Amino acid sequence: MSTYTTASSTLLSTRISREMALWPLSLKIGFGIVGTIVVAGILAPVIAPYDPFFQDFTAALVPPNLEHPLGTDMLGRDIFSRVLYGIRIDMQIGFLTTYVPMIYGVALGAAAGYFGGWFDTVVMRVLDIAMAFPFLVLIIVILSILGPGVQNIYIAVFLVAWTMYARLARAEMLVERNKDYILAARALGYGSGRIIFRHALPNIVNSSIVFSMADFVLNILLVSGLSFLGLGVQPPAPEWGAMIAEGRDFIFQAWWISTLPGLVLVLAGTGLSLVGDGLAQRFGQRQQALL
Amino acid sequence: MALVVLGVTLVAFLSVQFVPGDPIRIMLHGRATDEVVAAIHARLGMDRPLYEQFLSFLWNAVQGDLGESIIQQAPVTAIVAERLEASAFLLGYATLITVVFTLPLALVAASRKDRPVDHVIRVGGMIGFAMPPFWMGLLLMLLFGLTLGWFPIAGYGKGFFRHIVHLTLPSLTIAIFLTPILVQSLRSAMLDVMTADYIEVARAKGLSERRILMKHVLRNALIPTITVLAVNIGWLLSGAVIVEYVFSIPGLGSLLVRAVGFRDYPVIQGLAVVFAMLVVIVNLLADLAYILVDRRVLRR
Amino acid sequence: MTVTALMQDETPRAATDAPLLDVRGLVTEFRSRSATVVANASVSLQVPRGRTVGIVGESGSGKSVLCRSILRLLPSPPARIAGGEVWFEGRDLLTLGVREMAQVRGTRLRMIFQNPMTSLNPVWPIGDQITEGLRVHYGLSGHAARQRGLELLQQVGIPSPESRFDDYPFQWSGGMLQRAVIAMAMAGEPSLLLADEPTTALDVTIQDQILALLVDLQERTQMAMVLVSHDLAVIAETSDIVAVMYAGRVMEVAPVKALFEQPLHPYTVGLLASTPHAETTDRLESIPGQPPSLSQRTVGCPFAERCRFASKDCHNTPVTLREMVDGHASACLFPERIGRAGA
Repeated sequence: MSTYTTASSTLLSTRISREMALWPLSLKIGFGIVGTIVVAGILAPVIAPYDPFFQDFTAALVPPNLEHPLGTDMLGRDIFSRVLYGIRIDMQIGFLTTYVPMIYGVALGAAAGYFGGWFDTVVMRVLDIAMAFPFLVLIIVILSILGPGVQNIYIAVFLVAWTMYARLARAEMLVERNKDYILAARALGYGSGRIIFRHALPNIVNSSIVFSMADFVLNILLVSGLSFLGLGVQPPAPEWGAMIAEGRDFIFQAWWISTLPGLVLVLAGTGLSLVGDGLAQRFGQRQQALL
Repeated sequence: MALVVLGVTLVAFLSVQFVPGDPIRIMLHGRATDEVVAAIHARLGMDRPLYEQFLSFLWNAVQGDLGESIIQQAPVTAIVAERLEASAFLLGYATLITVVFTLPLALVAASRKDRPVDHVIRVGGMIGFAMPPFWMGLLLMLLFGLTLGWFPIAGYGKGFFRHIVHLTLPSLTIAIFLTPILVQSLRSAMLDVMTADYIEVARAKGLSERRILMKHVLRNALIPTITVLAVNIGWLLSGAVIVEYVFSIPGLGSLLVRAVGFRDYPVIQGLAVVFAMLVVIVNLLADLAYILVDRRVLRR
Repeated sequence: MTVTALMQDETPRAATDAPLLDVRGLVTEFRSRSATVVANASVSLQVPRGRTVGIVGESGSGKSVLCRSILRLLPSPPARIAGGEVWFEGRDLLTLGVREMAQVRGTRLRMIFQNPMTSLNPVWPIGDQITEGLRVHYGLSGHAARQRGLELLQQVGIPSPESRFDDYPFQWSGGMLQRAVIAMAMAGEPSLLLADEPTTALDVTIQDQILALLVDLQERTQMAMVLVSHDLAVIAETSDIVAVMYAGRVMEVAPVKALFEQPLHPYTVGLLASTPHAETTDRLESIPGQPPSLSQRTVGCPFAERCRFASKDCHNTPVTLREMVDGHASACLFPERIGRAGA
């Protein structure tokens, strides 16, 4: 026995809380972790005890204590504050490098799968070639041409990262386009664009959305990895990977410089993975492979 | 497939064309007169039309000549060849450790689905997946290399046994990142198989659960896992680049990083081709292996 | 003594044989977080040696679950055998340890399933799957097992088995695969074969062949058979005794002729009336209503809601199988209300 309510008569807050009640545990925990981190990043100017760029040589290489919860680095900068500000950098880059390519990647893949023919063949060939290069290698090569820096990371990733989404969307579209409701829409004379985007797409995006969470993690790892190599975010910006690189020379005497930012990274990544896992469950799908 | 190879070479070739400014000048770090630069241009045939340059690049590449590194004054192929061994060893070792970790973890997770062990393995996998290889490498280095002194922290060593000792920490680092992916997909494949009719039939035949698990479920589930492993070769190589850098291993990955630092474009170009070829070859091998293991592919 | 126990004592048996399979009061449940479904609610059934018992019923009647419960094939959460006994060759199967049960399954008590296309491991050669049981349970060497496997394929009517022994399942048609499945089952020399809808997934022409094969094998080996089907024609053709199941219970058990000529349960009457046969010219009757939800345990006859002969007692009195006439038992409280078949 269920009460039947029309959508318009339910408060948004009620609908949200009803939806959240259905969330599997992993989704709740993951959302909590990611949410906390994001909020901390947004509030960084307010809660950071020190300016992330402020150097205090009298307090260099200090292990974690009450004044400096995560210790200080070799230039006397408070690591906790830097980590907080680092959230803004890493999460923002991670977010944009994941979801922007997803948009046109899914669109391209869906279109290729729907139309087939030479368009599909061309897209497939491009996909094959792009995916023949290991992702990091390709980005590094592009950065060697364009030069290091955040701007160029965006350019490089936007050039390349759409491929996996295109592949996922295309595969799903190939299955979907033979389904009856699509055939019905075509019989009704709807234009292809409308069919693809309003009819088929909502049913196709699930696997891409689940994948995007893993992609988010991978992109954070990518950005921090590139920064670690010196190709990404340039010092003195408080990016996690760059911070880990800076601590490398002091790994023995001051292990906290490299170790602690990494822990935050792992925490963020785990939270995102939990969200992905929870979403997969919520969509009623069997566990998809992470990649 | 030939098309992919062609495309890969084309991309690698064209990439250098996009360098803002003159690549030769950049490589020489601007410390050269105009005459020298022009002379090098002429010697490398860079004043010819583009398609001609590409064709000769392709022709040379097929014969194993990937050009010359101006900075190192040596043929790219030779430079690559001498660093190939360390990378190959690292990749092989890392794959081995990954497989050794994956099999039992996936087996346990699948056979005890939804019970605490399964959840622990899955969450553990997420944490492992989120660990950046460069960070993990440093951590392992700190713990087992510096503090405990069990393993050396840099270099490749001489001789087979020393190779293994030197490459253990780096391979472990890669494995920690790669294992969760494989466990996830093997577990998933096993669960798929476990719900199949023929497994119930096998039980009705009176076979023990152990036999069913090993001979039917695992064997069938490993088949799609071959594909997953092959598809993830790209990530394996990416991880190798970082790990080689962190542990100072003289392989292709650290070569790439150095070449980028020096703007050694011929080397970068050559490496791009080499890496891509590796991926293509591995995928090809996986397809062949698939045919051997699952005869259904030969239908029609 | 319960009524059922009394009834069992009075059931006529061939010569002095105890029944090969004696299911007593089997109760099988499926537990989930929201509900408990009782798929078999106290099922009792006997299979005499060398005879075929047909079990007929619609989807959800519990007939497939019954077979799987006998073999203890159901995964233990969420399924649970909550009560009853299953006596086979002098032992209660429900008390056996895992290994012993596996031994029984591999040899004396075999089962074949509905879909031959998915019953075999797609990446193993067919021959290997047939001989697997021989190697595991009888310790036969590779060569001896292969010989026996070839014999079995011959027996089930596969032509030139030597050239086909190493084929893969995708190379064979549905009918041939089902023969292979039967060969696999016969490998253990069973005294009882459970067949769960063995022909449902096959073409009509092949169905007859497979049924004929089963009957032939049975005659040759003197094994008993339990044939489950929703198709009355299949049951009529092959069975000596028929059991009608509904909502997890056995509603009627009778020799095949008696069941068709004089059913003693309203559900059976309804089933027969809704089955087309060659002379049907009138509209087929359907039984009004729906089968009850198996998660709601009710007292009384589960068919009472849809039964045109039902009265108040039917809803209140628990259902038991009682013998009416020689070898013919019914769970109906008022079989006299039925009259002649088709009335």
